[in-house]
Amino acid sequence: MRDTFKPKIVVFCCNWCAYAGGDLAGISRYQIKPYFRVIRTMCSARVDPEWIMEAFRLGADGVMVAGCHPGDCHYIGGNYRTRRRVAMLRSLLKQFGLHSERLGLAWISAGEAEKFAKTMNSFIDRITELGPSPYRRKKANNETTGAKKETVDV
Amino acid sequence: MTYPKLEDEKYKVKEKVIRIAPATRLEGHAQINVFLDDNGEVEDTYFQVVELRGFEEFCKGRPIEEIPRITTRLCGVCPWPHHLAAVKALDSAYGVEPTPTAKKLRELGYCAHMLHSHIAHIYAMSVGPDMICGWAAEPEERNIVGVINVVGPEIGKKVLTNRAYSAQIQEIIGGKATHPIFGLPGGVSQPLSEENRNKIAKMADELVEFGKFGLQVVNDFILKNKQLVNVVVNKDLFYHETYYMGLVNKNNELNFYDGDVRIIDPAGKEFGRFGPETYLEHMAEHVVPWSYLKLPYLRKIGWHGFKDGPESGIVRVAPLARLNVADRIPTPLAQQATEHFFDVLGGKPAHYTLAFHWARAIECLYAAERLKELINDPEITSKDVRNIPTERPTEGVGIIAAPRGTLIHHYECDDKGLIKKLNLLVASSINYPAMNLSMKKVAKAIIHKAEVSNGILNMLEMCFRAYDPCFSCSTHALPGQMPMEVKVFDSKKELIKTITRPEQKNENTDSCSWQSDSVG
Amino acid sequence: MSEKIKLALAQGATCSGGDIAVLDLDVELLKLFEVVDLTFAPLATDIKFKDVEAMQDGEITICLYHGAVRNSENEHVAKLLRKKSKIMVAYGACAAFGGIPGLANVTTKNKILDTVYNETATTVNPEHTRPQTKYVDPDGHELELPELFEDVKALDDVVDVDYIIGACPPTREMNVQLLQVILDFVNGKAPLPPKGIILASERTLCDECPRKKPEKVIIDEIKSVDYTKLDPEKCFLEQGIMCFGPATRAGCDSKCIKVNMPCRGCMGPTAAVLDHGGSMLSAFTSILKVSGTETEIPEEEIEKLMEKIRDPLGTLYRFTLPKSLLKRVVKE
Repeated sequence: MRDTFKPKIVVFCCNWCAYAGGDLAGISRYQIKPYFRVIRTMCSARVDPEWIMEAFRLGADGVMVAGCHPGDCHYIGGNYRTRRRVAMLRSLLKQFGLHSERLGLAWISAGEAEKFAKTMNSFIDRITELGPSPYRRKKANNETTGAKKETVDV
Repeated sequence: MTYPKLEDEKYKVKEKVIRIAPATRLEGHAQINVFLDDNGEVEDTYFQVVELRGFEEFCKGRPIEEIPRITTRLCGVCPWPHHLAAVKALDSAYGVEPTPTAKKLRELGYCAHMLHSHIAHIYAMSVGPDMICGWAAEPEERNIVGVINVVGPEIGKKVLTNRAYSAQIQEIIGGKATHPIFGLPGGVSQPLSEENRNKIAKMADELVEFGKFGLQVVNDFILKNKQLVNVVVNKDLFYHETYYMGLVNKNNELNFYDGDVRIIDPAGKEFGRFGPETYLEHMAEHVVPWSYLKLPYLRKIGWHGFKDGPESGIVRVAPLARLNVADRIPTPLAQQATEHFFDVLGGKPAHYTLAFHWARAIECLYAAERLKELINDPEITSKDVRNIPTERPTEGVGIIAAPRGTLIHHYECDDKGLIKKLNLLVASSINYPAMNLSMKKVAKAIIHKAEVSNGILNMLEMCFRAYDPCFSCSTHALPGQMPMEVKVFDSKKELIKTITRPEQKNENTDSCSWQSDSVG
Repeated sequence: MSEKIKLALAQGATCSGGDIAVLDLDVELLKLFEVVDLTFAPLATDIKFKDVEAMQDGEITICLYHGAVRNSENEHVAKLLRKKSKIMVAYGACAAFGGIPGLANVTTKNKILDTVYNETATTVNPEHTRPQTKYVDPDGHELELPELFEDVKALDDVVDVDYIIGACPPTREMNVQLLQVILDFVNGKAPLPPKGIILASERTLCDECPRKKPEKVIIDEIKSVDYTKLDPEKCFLEQGIMCFGPATRAGCDSKCIKVNMPCRGCMGPTAAVLDHGGSMLSAFTSILKVSGTETEIPEEEIEKLMEKIRDPLGTLYRFTLPKSLLKRVVKE
């Protein structure tokens, strides 16, 4: 089962650093395993903890938040908040029963193409090792999950 | 229609099992099963509690200082005892003594709660419908609306107004009447303002008058009715000679908030005493396969089944038990009422189960008098309401006299102050064996030749109502798909077959594999 | 119009705070009883299940169901009352969001069994007896108990719900409003409100809170209520204490705040929130002071700082765990 397991990973990239770094990695033809999808936000601080939980609810095996290095945030202090948020969210997710390494946090600047590639690959490897998220298995068993909301506030 | 209606027409049932579901005019989910033999006589009755939620387990990992806000939700009818037992357990766990004013504020709010809880039970849930309307009144009439129709809107308004006072006092002191939040280790969250003190003082005077009125109601509607009284004192019906226990202060006087638990034997002699440090030496709980509720009993006697007497570990708590156990009531009017009570019932201890209702009305008077004492205490408005703890919490036990009996909360936490273990010994559990005992006896006495009536079935329910049970409190537990074993016995009580289902490890399995092995 | 309507007060996995909340209308009850016949209400009336089953569909006009859905009896009562009632109301935090019983989603059935029937300090059970959904006693008498579900659910997870009323329990002020809604409806004075959450504000508790609100909330340290002297005028968040005001609906009259204790979210999330706990986490982590030397603080220290909220799950989802995005705890 493990050999054929292909993880589903969501990566939130901030526009100014991580996403640019990812772009550069692509242009520079770094080999990155394809088991992740990128969602771009203007700042890593824009990443709402609710979205991360929604990703896990929908069956993500791993979620990564990637932003600028502390001190280099385009909006000055955004990634400081990101750090705090991810730290508490990790404790919370651990209580929910998820392995703490399923939520990743990385600082990747616009020029760090190699770092982007290496970070993604090692995260994918680690998640593959950890196996499918227990929420993925649970979702298969239940019909209705999640909040009932008419509109999504983004 | 003359009230109370105590007799009605019987009819024959064809079934061998009478099930009454849900049990009504109590707090919580329960049902009654009466099994008849071929001649229509009662073989046995079971009073099952069918609910469960899991507090003892899901409180693990919660921060200990948040527990008083979580354990109130054990019960919305008596959240105050859970809150205060929790807070006392915290005082003990943090090793911090509350300030004198904090203790008084806690007790003050608590006396208001006693009134709130007891009044609802007397007028809306038990005495009102069963003894004022009558236990054989039509089921549609046996409720608060029916009671108001019989006693008239003036008395109805009086009851509702005074209960409203007790709600307002609870809200002023505790933040909310249902689910108070003001308790903290070492004290309470805020002092009482002079303005609020005056508000409460006015209400306190009226509440004492109402306490007296309650006893007048007991006198006029119950004691003056010979037919009713005969049922109350009939030793073949609602009567058991059991142990009793209740909270008393160091002078062996009744106190709701603090003291030791004193146990007396069926003859009235002191059998034992315990406090937070020693409760485990005296109390234990038995498990049965037919109820989610455990059956507490006196550890030193042991569990010997549903029996009366000094050889049985069954013990009763709540108002009748408290009056039996205390040497005296420290407030004058309630003490007078208690002396009259025991005069009429023939001395201490009184074993008449229906007398719980009268004892409850006496406790209302005590609560009102005590509330008045406390609101007039000069220290009650002091700003010194908290001692901030300095130590890390470890383990603590809090004991309090709940409206329904002795309540014990016992917490152990880890070095982060998160709960590791939680034990709850709840009043209505403690009375649960006695409820079953009462029901088995009364059913056998009143059901013959498969003949029942509305009133007879209601009388069975009166067996538990006397104790004013609160099963949400008692069933903090949560079973589930457990390993199951079914033993099949023949009429000679010999085991002929055992069928087992192994423990389910997966969630959401509907199928189960059964293994059967016959014996003999 | 002069015909009384039938009102039911049904119970799920409840503490009965909902029943007492209605009873606490006190003198206003007399107004209620002029237009309403209290039918199935196990705390207060003698109507049994068989009586409800014998009713026509829709015979009960309004059913206030309080308590979460956590066993087969709760679900059966919900479905039965839904069938027999025109209007079904999820009354109180448990029916609306799962409430405190919803916290049982942190654990499993088997763990609970072991704890309650073997591990607690007073339990004496050497034979490992457990309550059984079907039991036959030595005399051949058959007894049944409801079956527990693995998950605790809110009412609208099992039946269609017309109205949702939060708070634990619904306050007297909310109930007086509810009474007026019922009176107006029965007397033909006003139609019922649109379906959904009622008696709650669309705004957060902060809007209603009587405390002085600072321009900006920046705190140095996270504190807890046990060791902190609580200032009765300052915003709790400003004092470093977790308060659910920013993520929770107003409408409860801020009773907890007024007795000098922080909010724990029993009115439930506003419509703008996807996940009650996640939303509060985001808000709370944003108020911590960002220092000048922030870049030098390593991740481990940030983690230690955030661990001062020792129980994120139980604190952030105190009343709403079954309605959270992740709903329950799982195992790797």
